[in-house]
Amino acid sequence: MEVVEACFARVEEVDGAVSAFLRTFKERALKEAVSVDERVKRGGKLGRLMGVPVAVKDNICVKGVEVTCASRILRGYRPPYSATVIERLVEEGAVVVGMTNMDEFAMGSSTENSAFGPTRNPWSLDRVPGGSSGGSAAAVAARMVPLALGTDTGGSIRCPASFCSVVGVKPTYGLVSRYGLIAYACSLEQIGPLARTVKDAALMLEAIAGRDPLDSTTVSSPKPLKASDVVGDVRGLKMAVPRELMGEGSDERVLNEVWRALKLYEELGASYEEVSMPSLKYALAAYYIIAMSEASSNLARYDGLRYGHAARARGSWSEAYAKTRGEGFGEEVKRRIILGTFALSAGYYRRYYLRALKVRALIRNEVLSLFKRFDVVVSPTMPTPPFKIGEKVRDPLAMYMMDVDTVTANLAGVPAVSVPCGFVDGLPVGLQIMAPYFREDLALRVAMALEDELKLYLKEPSAV
Amino acid sequence: MAELSEERVRHLAWLARLDLSDEEVARFTRQLAEVLDYFKVLDEADVEGVEPAFHVLGLSNVMGEDEPRPTLSQEEALANAPAKEGGYVKAPAMVV
Repeated sequence: MEVVEACFARVEEVDGAVSAFLRTFKERALKEAVSVDERVKRGGKLGRLMGVPVAVKDNICVKGVEVTCASRILRGYRPPYSATVIERLVEEGAVVVGMTNMDEFAMGSSTENSAFGPTRNPWSLDRVPGGSSGGSAAAVAARMVPLALGTDTGGSIRCPASFCSVVGVKPTYGLVSRYGLIAYACSLEQIGPLARTVKDAALMLEAIAGRDPLDSTTVSSPKPLKASDVVGDVRGLKMAVPRELMGEGSDERVLNEVWRALKLYEELGASYEEVSMPSLKYALAAYYIIAMSEASSNLARYDGLRYGHAARARGSWSEAYAKTRGEGFGEEVKRRIILGTFALSAGYYRRYYLRALKVRALIRNEVLSLFKRFDVVVSPTMPTPPFKIGEKVRDPLAMYMMDVDTVTANLAGVPAVSVPCGFVDGLPVGLQIMAPYFREDLALRVAMALEDELKLYLKEPSAV
Repeated sequence: MAELSEERVRHLAWLARLDLSDEEVARFTRQLAEVLDYFKVLDEADVEGVEPAFHVLGLSNVMGEDEPRPTLSQEEALANAPAKEGGYVKAPAMVV
């Protein structure tokens, strides 16, 4: 209970400046903490996260509390059930302390697309924390919680992990249940951990991973992750460094930090080689077409009838439906629904959606063939350090370009970790490590080796 | 660009049941034309003979046991509905 109290004390101290949380549940959390304490006293079966405060991204259902996807359209929505990941965390003794801010429906890379205002980067309050899981990353970075859940459709865990100098894991597609995750792009997204250290992230991942009969796309890992087995040893590992992610469009200072990390890995006994992945040129376009198409279909359910916002409209069903959605969705969500509808419409389906799926196959094949020769693929997580609030939000294409290094892992379905690797002018830089299917252990090992050397988790965020 | 005129954006918005203001239509047309232009990079990709990847793990036909499980009560299922009557969700008229 003291731990949860300390967490709320910190939230009260710094979240006025950061705005990581949309809602906190102090009373509910303290009650849960007491029952965890009793569980310990009784000597019952202990979980792996007894009494650990956890923040949850606002698109993951927690029974009975308000969950909105940072959207007006879901204001007041109280899910009648909890997501499988929440059930598993509670089983392990974790205490949910609140819901974190995000880009509306996870559409964005800065958390500026929230209907409830932006979150600020704890390292520099006039900059974005990244997105879309920006609230979760900022809450961990500002030492409000040790662990948070995020979701990653095209980089939404790794981007804010990089911008806030925390560890983020996008698991293999199918490793973690999406039951109770409010859908955006089903074939791409996964729930995953954000944490201060690699070990903590591994522990949270171990707790939430595994097949779930309620999500038919989940699979049992052939070799389930054991957090205690993750050690920072990279001796003999072969790393691929794609030229396409290390050049044009990337901030030179970010690349310098990445090269420095690669040299360090070399000293630690790994080897790296520059490679070419020609299909990555198409990754961003393919990703956005697929994500927008799936979004236009998934978001059709918001009709103002069963839950959420309903416009006071007279007229036909269609008019009332359109008014509800016009009022309820923010700009970026509308843009993606429109373009997704376009890409799926007769006459354009082949040219856009089907072609994007074929390109996705090309990219996946290229990634998998690379893993025949290399253990991991290493690159920057983000092409730049965190940018200023307001800098890109009026230019959708410029914002999309921020995902250029991260979308490949989602298209191929492979796991990827972002680990802090340095700073430029006091702003965080993250290193991305992609690994073969179900080899989270390998990506985490590589991340831990860097963490052991740099110990960046000891650095306190400068702005809070 | 002809592919995405204001008229088409209005039509797409109607298909997706999204009420847009005139100002939104103008802005989205400009922004989305730019994005669509960027998407043209895919025209260069050689995808001759490539099967589209709808999924990445190659799963097919995952079957569940055909057994009843506990589910939401009517009251729980309706708890979030903005308008309801007599145990039903209340909807606007389909035909007016």
